[in-house]
Amino acid sequence: MNMTFSAADEAFRRDAASWLADNLSGEFAILKHRGGPGDEHSLISERRAWEKKLAAAGWNCLGWAAEHGGRDASISQQVIFAEEYARAGGPGRLGHIGEGLAGPTIAAFASPAQQARYLPGIRSTNELWCQGYSEPGAGSDLAAVKTRAVLGDDGQWRISGQKVWTSLAHLADWCFVLARTDPNSHDHKGLGFFLVSMHQAAVTVRPIEQLTGSAEFNEVFFDEALAADLVGQPGEGWKIAMALLGFERGVSTLGQQMQFRSELDEIIRIAKENGAAQDPDIRSRIAEAHMGLSVMRYNALRMLSDNAGADEQKAALVYKLHWSSWHRHLGKLAMDVLGTASELCEAAPYALTRLQALFLFSRADTIYGGSNQIQRNLIAERALGMPKEAKGR
Amino acid sequence: MHFMLNDEQLMIRDTAARFLAEQSTSAAIRRAMQSETGYDPALWHTLSGEMGWSAIHIPEAYGGLGLGYVELALLMEEMGRHLLCSPFHASVALGANALLVAGSEAQKQHWLPAMASGEITATLALPAKGGLWQADAVTARWQQEGEAYVLDGVLNHVPNGHSAGLIIVAAREAKAGGGTALFLLPANTQGLSRTRQASMDQTRPQAEIRLDKVVLPLSARMTGGHAELATLLDLAAIAIAAEQLGVAQAALDSSVAYSKERQQFGRAIAGYQAIKHRAADMMLKAELARSAVYYAACLAQETLSASQHNTAELAQAASLAKAYASEAAFYNAGCGIQLFGGVGITSEYDIQLYFKRAQSTAAFLGSPAWHRARIAAQLLD
Ligand SMILES: Cc1cc2nc3c(=O)[nH]c(=O)nc-3n(C[C@H](O)[C@H](O)[C@H](O)COP(=O)(O)OP(=O)(O)OC[C@H]3O[C@@H](n4cnc5c(N)ncnc54)[C@H](O)[C@@H]3O)c2cc1C
Repeated sequence: MNMTFSAADEAFRRDAASWLADNLSGEFAILKHRGGPGDEHSLISERRAWEKKLAAAGWNCLGWAAEHGGRDASISQQVIFAEEYARAGGPGRLGHIGEGLAGPTIAAFASPAQQARYLPGIRSTNELWCQGYSEPGAGSDLAAVKTRAVLGDDGQWRISGQKVWTSLAHLADWCFVLARTDPNSHDHKGLGFFLVSMHQAAVTVRPIEQLTGSAEFNEVFFDEALAADLVGQPGEGWKIAMALLGFERGVSTLGQQMQFRSELDEIIRIAKENGAAQDPDIRSRIAEAHMGLSVMRYNALRMLSDNAGADEQKAALVYKLHWSSWHRHLGKLAMDVLGTASELCEAAPYALTRLQALFLFSRADTIYGGSNQIQRNLIAERALGMPKEAKGR
Repeated sequence: MHFMLNDEQLMIRDTAARFLAEQSTSAAIRRAMQSETGYDPALWHTLSGEMGWSAIHIPEAYGGLGLGYVELALLMEEMGRHLLCSPFHASVALGANALLVAGSEAQKQHWLPAMASGEITATLALPAKGGLWQADAVTARWQQEGEAYVLDGVLNHVPNGHSAGLIIVAAREAKAGGGTALFLLPANTQGLSRTRQASMDQTRPQAEIRLDKVVLPLSARMTGGHAELATLLDLAAIAIAAEQLGVAQAALDSSVAYSKERQQFGRAIAGYQAIKHRAADMMLKAELARSAVYYAACLAQETLSASQHNTAELAQAASLAKAYASEAAFYNAGCGIQLFGGVGITSEYDIQLYFKRAQSTAAFLGSPAWHRARIAAQLLD
């Protein structure tokens, strides 16, 4: 067991840190600490330019294979970059759905021709992606998707149905869509994994305003939209959709933790300034927040260790439940430290402060990506071997 | 970066698990806790002598195995899991660590080989009755009279104090503003008397030790003082946190196993979501405690192998591990009783023994609230 990074890794860290310091400056300086959770709608054109800059210097898609334009970076190096990126105040990534989800899935399951068609666009950040899984009737119960895919006489698949909560669909060029290829199938059978262009008349995107007043997610309607590609075979959609969720392995969460650290630092600074740091209850909650964040880091290092084994899988299974609950508590702590000052916005009509956005948007953390209840079901069933939930159909 | 157990460490853990599953059975635990010493001397002899456990992290120069603190933590975790009654923590985590951190070369040479082989057991005497396990809470008094030290005081909650062969006493100089010192007292020292105290957790014997004008040679004083005592307490807290992790894991495992057997309303209670979600929360607590304990054990190793160390960093890691593991052990054992239902309230089932161990170790070496307050002070003052 050893928690130190190798000399080569430390050299990589210095490279990353100095590149970020040199480049997150000038016209890009305004991007520092922007575009994170609750702030995704901000500074879009500047962030697009930033994505291109990262890509040109080879700082995106680090973990991808060299044949796909990546750097074959080890988990340690991916962790290091995520940490340095967040430490430097790097803005929320617009390309993360392509880089972390679509790309690895295409690399693992798609044909060589499909890989050649899609991976370069993700690597160059010319093409942004969104995730079309959830539907009005299929949230936690994703296998209840109803969106249909029909194979026409011309040999093309056409998609009809409605997706919802689709993050960044309004900016995306492509959507990966989970749709039913066999109309008589149910649950996880008879699904396909489709790649669909967002630039066609048969696709309609309607933003959904969130409790923060901004719109990060959307409704997406498909009305016989042409699918450019089916990945794998009809009927393999569920397998591919689930594998996708496993790809990310949480490397970016180490960067997310740096973001959390900077939020906590701000709360501590305010508590010292306004005297809340003298309140015994607040003191104890701040200590608890600090401890919860430290243990989050150790837990992530365990689960991200190279060649992680069975013990580390357990660390991975509890991770989402911990960080989401922790972050939600942090939002409430921020408001309680601020007291009545927490009520006032930064500007009219409804420009929230960073901590207000944290407080409100962190309520989503325990819902998306598998709600806390679903996480508990998964832990009980997968790690503890307890019986599966009864189904109503 | 490789924050996971290596093959050798996994082997140490698995060997310990197998051995304790055979030896520290429910019946054996009950025999040990009702015995006079509070542990089985034959079993202690096997695990310290033959298996080398008490030598685990003592350097080879002093008759030890020279392994690391992670290995020690793994043994403690298994002892907690199997609720072993033994003087291991007292003798190794308090006693041997005291010598390693605060002893002179001659004292190490003299005492450590016998402690490594388990021939002699040691312990630390620090708080008064109801007092805190912290370096500032020392109440026993020492003063120098010519070529001797004289000690007075009544010390309580001394782990395995009634049976230990060597008692390390923390005392403060009697004159105003006097410093803290540590002294080595063989159990037969004149003026030292001791009695076992009846304790709610019968698996961890505690003793009261009275020092009545105890006269010691100058060689009995250790070189370390207040700072070394603080480091020692952090190291010991990390070791007991590892034991609590084992308690938390065992409470989870036994509750889940029971819930799969027990049928109500025509099916196993494990199928009810209220039970599943409770079990998931128990696993969350155990895994977070594990991450905190292993991290702290790595830092403890760095502290012991380096001459210079960052005490603030060790203190924070120790506080984190102790607070998380205390809460995990208590939460899991408490939920365990609930999941067992009526049988959880009987003395026949073991879950109540885990519950008592969880509570008694939570108060030992700093409660979660104390550790949180220490971290709050680091962050806010
Ligand atoms: C900010 C945000 C961004 C999102 N982005 C995307 C995206 O880009 N693409 C995408 O496809 N989806 C996205 N989602 C959707 C997200 O994955 C779903 O919201 C989530 O799966 C929950 O589904 P639901 O909202 O329909 O809630 P429901 O499934 O209706 O759940 C309602 C409540 O019931 C509980 N519940 C449900 N089933 C069970 C059960 N078996 N046992 C116990 N309790 C249960 C849930 O925990 C929850 O508390 C996003 C969501 C949010 C909030």
